[in-house]
Amino acid sequence: MTTADYERNKVLSSSDEHYRVVGTRPVRHDGADKVTGRALYGADFDAAGLLHGKILRSPHAHAKIISIDTSRAEKLEGVKAVVTAIDFPKSDKMVVGTGDEATTLEWLRDNIMASTKVLYKGHALAGVAAVNPHIAEQAVELIEVDYDVLPPVLTTQEAMAEGASLLHDSLTTEELGHDTGKVSNVAEHIQHVKGDIDKGFEEAVEIFEREFNTKTVHQGYIEPHNGTALWGPDGRLHVWCSTQGAFVVRDSLADLLGIPISKVRVIPMEIGGGFGGKIPVYVEPVAALLSKKTGSPVKIVMSRKDTFEGSGPTPGSNLKIKIGVTKDGTITAAKAWMAMEAGAYPGSPVGAAAMCVFAAYDIENALIDGYDVVVNKPKTQAYRAPGAPNAAFGTEQVMDEIAEKLGIDPIELRLKNVAKEGTRRVDGPVFKRIGCKEVLEAMRDHPHYQTPAPENQGRGIAIGFWFNIALDSACNIAVNSDGTINLTEGSTDIGGSRTSIAMQAAEVLGIPVEDVSPSVVDTDTIGFTAVTGGSRTTYATGWAAYKAAEDVKKQIIARVADVIWGIDAANIKMEDGLITSKTDSELKMTFKEFASQMGDTGGGISGQASVKPEEGIGGSFCGNIVDLKVDPETGKTSISRFTCVQDAGKAIHPDYVEGQMQGGSVQGIGWALNEEYFMSEDGTMDNSSLLDYRMPTALDLPMIDTVIVEVPNPGHPFGVRGVGEANIVPPLAAIANAISAATGNRMTDMPMNSGSIMASDS
Amino acid sequence: MPGKTYVQTTINGEPVDFLCEPRQSLLECLRDIVGLTGTKEGCNDGNCGACTVEMDGRIVTSCLVLGVEAEGASIETIEGVADGSNLHPIQAAFLENAALQCGICTPGFIVASKSLLENNPNPSEHDIRFWLANNLCRCTGYDKIVRAVQDAAKRMQEA
Repeated sequence: MTTADYERNKVLSSSDEHYRVVGTRPVRHDGADKVTGRALYGADFDAAGLLHGKILRSPHAHAKIISIDTSRAEKLEGVKAVVTAIDFPKSDKMVVGTGDEATTLEWLRDNIMASTKVLYKGHALAGVAAVNPHIAEQAVELIEVDYDVLPPVLTTQEAMAEGASLLHDSLTTEELGHDTGKVSNVAEHIQHVKGDIDKGFEEAVEIFEREFNTKTVHQGYIEPHNGTALWGPDGRLHVWCSTQGAFVVRDSLADLLGIPISKVRVIPMEIGGGFGGKIPVYVEPVAALLSKKTGSPVKIVMSRKDTFEGSGPTPGSNLKIKIGVTKDGTITAAKAWMAMEAGAYPGSPVGAAAMCVFAAYDIENALIDGYDVVVNKPKTQAYRAPGAPNAAFGTEQVMDEIAEKLGIDPIELRLKNVAKEGTRRVDGPVFKRIGCKEVLEAMRDHPHYQTPAPENQGRGIAIGFWFNIALDSACNIAVNSDGTINLTEGSTDIGGSRTSIAMQAAEVLGIPVEDVSPSVVDTDTIGFTAVTGGSRTTYATGWAAYKAAEDVKKQIIARVADVIWGIDAANIKMEDGLITSKTDSELKMTFKEFASQMGDTGGGISGQASVKPEEGIGGSFCGNIVDLKVDPETGKTSISRFTCVQDAGKAIHPDYVEGQMQGGSVQGIGWALNEEYFMSEDGTMDNSSLLDYRMPTALDLPMIDTVIVEVPNPGHPFGVRGVGEANIVPPLAAIANAISAATGNRMTDMPMNSGSIMASDS
Repeated sequence: MPGKTYVQTTINGEPVDFLCEPRQSLLECLRDIVGLTGTKEGCNDGNCGACTVEMDGRIVTSCLVLGVEAEGASIETIEGVADGSNLHPIQAAFLENAALQCGICTPGFIVASKSLLENNPNPSEHDIRFWLANNLCRCTGYDKIVRAVQDAAKRMQEA
C-alpha cells in the first residue's frame, strides 16, 4: 500500500453524539488579519513618544557582581534612563504564582534583573531606554560591571557532585517535603512509591535497566519576547505584550513593582508562538521601570540571541529507568530515578515528569525519585508537556528493548500492560476514562503499522502521556440585535483557540460560528483567566463559553416566557437556534427573530461565566509510528514516514487538533535529531542563532499523518481533553527506537545527531 | 548620531520615499519608518524567513538588506499580496487549509510561496519543501503549509 492509498488525516470517534458546529472545520475568525499582515503582534505596537529599551546581559555564567557603573551610558546623547536591580522595590520573600508553578518573589525579581550574582550567561543586569534601539544598544555597551568570576556547574551531575560550586547560599534541599537545612544545588527530592518494589523485581524473570541523558532545548517560537509599558502620571501601568497569560503578566508586575493589581492593565497583543516559554515575564517589568523614570512608553524587544540566552528553555536531564517483566511481558516492577536541570533558580519540571514517566502502564510495584537541581543556565520554563518527553525517552526505549528481547510485538507489549479506567498512577491519582488502549489499537490497525518497514529502514513506536490542567477561565457573551453575538475571553490565542471557543458557544446557541465575533481582551475587560498552557484553553475557556452561552439561553427562555409569549418557562425549549413551545406548536421563533425583539421586550441580554473545572480534567495519550533511514557513511537520519495518533476526547476543530499533533511531532523530531544548547565549558551557549540551533525546516520532513482518536472526556460538556502537549512526548523515544532498529545501536543520549550515531556504532 | 539618507522606492506598486540611517535594515525601515508591520522579525540574521519580501522580483530576507540599498528598488510586502479586499489564492488557501497557528511566520511564507508559484506554477511536494526551507515555522510542522501551497497552485491554474 502506498501512502496515497489511505486517508492521511483520520478521525476515529467512539462517540455517537451529533453536533452542528463542533467537529466542523470553519475558517478561523482571526485568519484574514493573519494572512494579510494586519494582525498586530507585540513588537508591532507603536505609541506617540515611544522609547526603545535594551538590556545588558552577563558575559559570565557564574559571578559575583562587585559593582555596576552606568554613568557613561547615561551621558550618551539620546539615552533617557537606565535601571538596575536597585530600582525594583524590595519586599519580603513570598511565594507568587507565575502561571504554572510557584516561586519566590526574590528569585522572580533576580531572574529579571540580577542583584548580587549573575547565574547564567545572558542574565540581565541593567536596562536602558533611548530614542532608538541602536542608541540603546550602544549605551548598554557603555555600562561597566566588575565581576568576581566563579566556576559554573552546567549539568545535574556536576551540580550534585560533592564540593560543587554553589549557586545560592540560601538554597537548602527539601527532602520528601522536609527542609534538610543542607545548602546545596539540589532544591528538592520528591518520591512516589506504589506497592513493594523489591518484591516486584524478585518476581521479574528479566530486568532491563538503562541510563539516559538529554540536553537543554528551546521552545523556538519564531517571535522573540517583547513588551511595551506606559506608566502614567495617574499611577496606572499599561502593558502591551505577547504573552501566554495576560493575567500572569498583570499579577507578576503588581508583585514585582509593589503596586495594586487594579493599577495594572495588560493588553495582550497577538502572540507569535509560546509553547510554555511565554508564560513568565522578562522584559515587561524592565520596560515598566524605564517608563516610570521617563514618563514615556518604552518598548523592549529581545534579539534572537537574548531569547536563547535570556528566556526559559526546557531542561537537560539525567535518568535511570529499570523495568522488570515476566516471560509473557507483564511488568512486575518499575523504577525511575530522574534529575532535571532547573536552571538558575529552583523549579524544573521533574514533578510533571514523575506524573508521566510510567503513566501509560498499569504497574503494581513502582518507585519514582525526582531531583530538582539548579545549574548555571537560564531558569527553565515550561515547554509543551514539560518533563514528559525526557521521561518517555527513557521508559519507551526500555519498553522497546523488552519487546525485542522477549520477541513480543512492541504495541502488543504495551497493550498487555496498558493503563485504563481505574488504574492507579504511581503518583497517586486513579485514572478516569482514558484512551491509552484506543490509541495503541489505532496505531496497531493503521496502514502504516500494517505495512512492513521499507528495506534498509528502521521502524520505531512509542507512546506518551500528558495529564492536562484546568485552572480559571472567564467568558462574556453579548447578544446583538441582528442575532449575531460578541464573545470576549481572556485566553491569548496561539493556535486558533478563538475559533474553538466560539464554536462551543455557537453549538449551545444553535447559531453558525460565523455569527460569533470572538475577541481576546485586556485584563480590565474580562474575569481572571489563567495562562494559555497546560492544554487547558479549548477545555476550560471552552467550558466558560459553554456556560456563558447556557446563561444567555436561560435568559432568553425567561424573556420569551415572561414577556413575549406569557407562558411557563418550563414549557419552552431552545434547540438548534429555534425557540419553541412544548405545548403549542404555533409558538416558535428563531434566535434571530428573538434578537430583533430583544430591545423592545426588556433590553439587551448578555451572559457570563467564570469557571475552574478541575474535576473534569481528562489527560491525553499520544503515540507515534516512525520509519527512518540512517546513512551508514555519515550517520544522517532521514525520516521517511511519520504517523501521530492522539486521543483528543472530542476534536472541536479537527484541523487545529491535527495542527497541534503535527506541530508537536515536528518539535519532537527536532529535539530528537538536532536541537541542543551546545555549551562550552565556561557556560557559553555556542549556538545561539537559528543557523546553529538547527530546528527542522520543511525540507527535513515528510508529511505528518494523523489519527484523531475520540474517547470523550466525561468531565467536559463536549468531551474535550486538550491536545496541545501529549504529542511532543513520544517522538524522541519513537525515533530512538527506529534508529536502534535501523542500526542495531541503542541511543541513550540526546540529541541523536550524525556525530552521536556514528560514535554509537561499536 | 549618523546622518540620514534619502531613499526613493516603490512599495506594493506605490512610490514611497523615506529617510533612514545607513545602519538601518530594510526590515527596520519597512516596520518602523514606513509603518508596514506585516513583515516580521524573528532572528535579524537571515535564518528564519519571517521578514521575507520581494525586491525587484527576487525574494530576500529584508533583515539582511540595508534600507539605503532599496534606493530605486521595487518592493512587494505581505500588505501588497491581496488585491484590495480580495485575498490572493495563496492567502485563501492558507486560511482554508488551516496552514497557520500563531501566524507570525505566515507573512513570510505567503510572500515566499507567491514567488515559488510565479516561478514554478506546478511544483512537486519536494519543490515546495525545497523553496520554503528558508522559512521556519515552529507551530505547524509544515504539513498544512505544504498542502495549502499545493491547493493554491491548483486554484491559480484553474483561475
